[in-house]
Amino acid sequence: MSSITAQNQTPIEPADPVRSYPRFLWWGLGEATNGGLGFYVWMFVLTAISLVGANAWANQVADGMIVTNMTDHVSWGLYIANFTFCVGLAAGGVMMVIPAYLYDDEEMHKVVIIGEAVAVAAIVMCTLSVVVDLGRPDRFWHLIPFIGRVNWPVSMLTWDVIVLNGYLLINLHIVGYLLYMRYLGRKPNPKWYVPFVFLSIIWAISIHTVTAFLYCGLGGRPFWNTALLAPRFLASAFVSGPAFIILVMRILRITTGYAAPPGPARTLIQIIRVAMTINLVMLASELFTLFYTGGAHGASANYLFFGSHGHYGLVPWIWTAIVFNLVGTALFFMPAALERGNIRIVACVLCIVGIWIEKGMGLIIPGFIPSTLHEIVEYSPSLVEWKVTGGIWAFGFLLLTVLLKLIATVFAQEQSIAETERL
Amino acid sequence: MSQQDAPTGPFLPVLDQPSTRRTALKAAGAALGLAAFGKAVSPLMVIPENVSVDEFLQQHYKEFTDADKKKVFARLETETKEDYGTDVTISDPKPIPGVRFGYAINLSKCNGNGACMEACNKENNHHRGVDQSYIRVLEMSKGSMDMENGTTNYDHTVPQDDKFYMPVQCQQCENPPCVSACPIEATWQEDDGIVVVDYNWCIGCRYCEAACPYHARRFNWEQPEIPADEVNPDQGYLSNRIRPQGVMEKCHFCLHRTREGRAPACQEACSTGARVFGDLNDPDSDINWVLKHKRVFVLKEELGTQPNFFYFFDS
Repeated sequence: MSSITAQNQTPIEPADPVRSYPRFLWWGLGEATNGGLGFYVWMFVLTAISLVGANAWANQVADGMIVTNMTDHVSWGLYIANFTFCVGLAAGGVMMVIPAYLYDDEEMHKVVIIGEAVAVAAIVMCTLSVVVDLGRPDRFWHLIPFIGRVNWPVSMLTWDVIVLNGYLLINLHIVGYLLYMRYLGRKPNPKWYVPFVFLSIIWAISIHTVTAFLYCGLGGRPFWNTALLAPRFLASAFVSGPAFIILVMRILRITTGYAAPPGPARTLIQIIRVAMTINLVMLASELFTLFYTGGAHGASANYLFFGSHGHYGLVPWIWTAIVFNLVGTALFFMPAALERGNIRIVACVLCIVGIWIEKGMGLIIPGFIPSTLHEIVEYSPSLVEWKVTGGIWAFGFLLLTVLLKLIATVFAQEQSIAETERL
Repeated sequence: MSQQDAPTGPFLPVLDQPSTRRTALKAAGAALGLAAFGKAVSPLMVIPENVSVDEFLQQHYKEFTDADKKKVFARLETETKEDYGTDVTISDPKPIPGVRFGYAINLSKCNGNGACMEACNKENNHHRGVDQSYIRVLEMSKGSMDMENGTTNYDHTVPQDDKFYMPVQCQQCENPPCVSACPIEATWQEDDGIVVVDYNWCIGCRYCEAACPYHARRFNWEQPEIPADEVNPDQGYLSNRIRPQGVMEKCHFCLHRTREGRAPACQEACSTGARVFGDLNDPDSDINWVLKHKRVFVLKEELGTQPNFFYFFDS
């Protein structure tokens, strides 16, 4: 598919490729919204869930954050938990980029754009997760550099805003440029995208590192205040990201019939095997330090895993995560996971859910329990929080679907041109 | 996916796609979707109702000119009148040059009666529904300084024989983690050591609340409710004016009082004499007498926050 279309078959050249880029996007939107009945049902359901989420959020803005179950004791909840996971999802996409560009894996090169599309959708979900957590979203402009007043370079949150938006722009550029060139039937000029691809590799690692620094830099929260947090975030991201991409490729195969070559999924599973093992080793190391030393550092972990003073809110969550992660990992290590089949799909789902809990509800919430004055106030998300989070996921899937349709259309069109040539 | 109405090649301009039934249906779907979206987010219309253009565009406190300040304070006074039915005066007392405030609590004297919390609630125009205040009083077991053995929600006569009482409020750290955390400089340390919040600049991300090791920060989860006759009309822009919904707030050592030579409300209300407040730079102040003659300690010294808030016992 990476074959270049013949020069004599070149489609009509637009006079000005830059100015006709919006037209390309408009055309792409039209193409991406074509589909069968199943497609429209899917899009309709996602739109409906997104709207329920948007409505719940609008009510939250009007009535105040009191409609969430967050308190001054547990001041971050499901939104920030979900945000943390989505950053990992976005960073995990890089595990396709590295084999494709650093190791010149030909087959990976053909599907790497799927990883970049997942990254774009995940970053949009990150941004939404932060916006819905703001008490005053109407003042968002205070965060814009040069217009507002940003606390740079001291505040880790400022860094996070900058690196997340930067990552979004880099990926939009790469995806947009490569697709547009394919659409025009031109060979992409490496000068215009290869530097950005390498930048995106470093940047992907930075987004998750900075997100970890957000938590581990706080001396007042012993549960987060560990140097292992950033490496753990990266390791788990390199599981959840590739696992999600494997699921996406499977869904593409079922719905569009596009069968990606088997190599990339195998590479991803090898990466998952290594990353998940490292993740579990680091988790065990963390737990040893917490429990063997005990004291204030162990209080949150104790509450998380075994409950404390009669409060057990997170115990079912974390044990679900532990079981899912262990079973998922065991499945990934089965030889059958390297072949197409249901084992790898089950393993992906288990590890994604396990990591979502481990990094979200299992990491953010116990940071606040017990509170800094050692009070125990529990938290479980309110219906509004679930609706808003569901809406964000639905919107993420909506965006991802449109992006993948656009990609598939451009690829298919290029193929048909290539076939015409052969005749 | 690309069906009969898809172009066979990448013809441009593509805006003139044939208006097939599918295109018409898509347009209808998009219109319907947009309408539904508009309906879904319609509760957001409270923003233009509650937030005037002037408020929306208001600059950071530190960028105010004197004229800006006058205008903003007048607007806030009018809005308070409209929303709470009371005439209030918003002032902006500046730090007194050379003064650095410190606070100390005599744990031998404090008996946990909670008068300080009540005074804080009234003085600082706190939301009445939840008995909000900037102070938490921990009831601790004698024989332990471990806060894990303390409780803030005790409900019995005080003092209990086997307990001692430890009020905790903002420690006005020399090295405040909350200020470093804030992404938009909505909170900062003033020259007299008091850490303040610009309630009209804060976006309510609550990162400072996560960063504070002393549970000193509070979030306005809803619009504060205060009966008109209970509103304290003597208000400071950076201190006790009624906070908007969705922003952070914290103890400011009653700067609208202390910068004018008065005692903070919690100290004034304390009948036990446990609270000592004053200027750390003045060698003759009460606070310096305590620092010189008592063995004082600070909370969580190991974190390096360097509180200007001290605790001591009578020997």
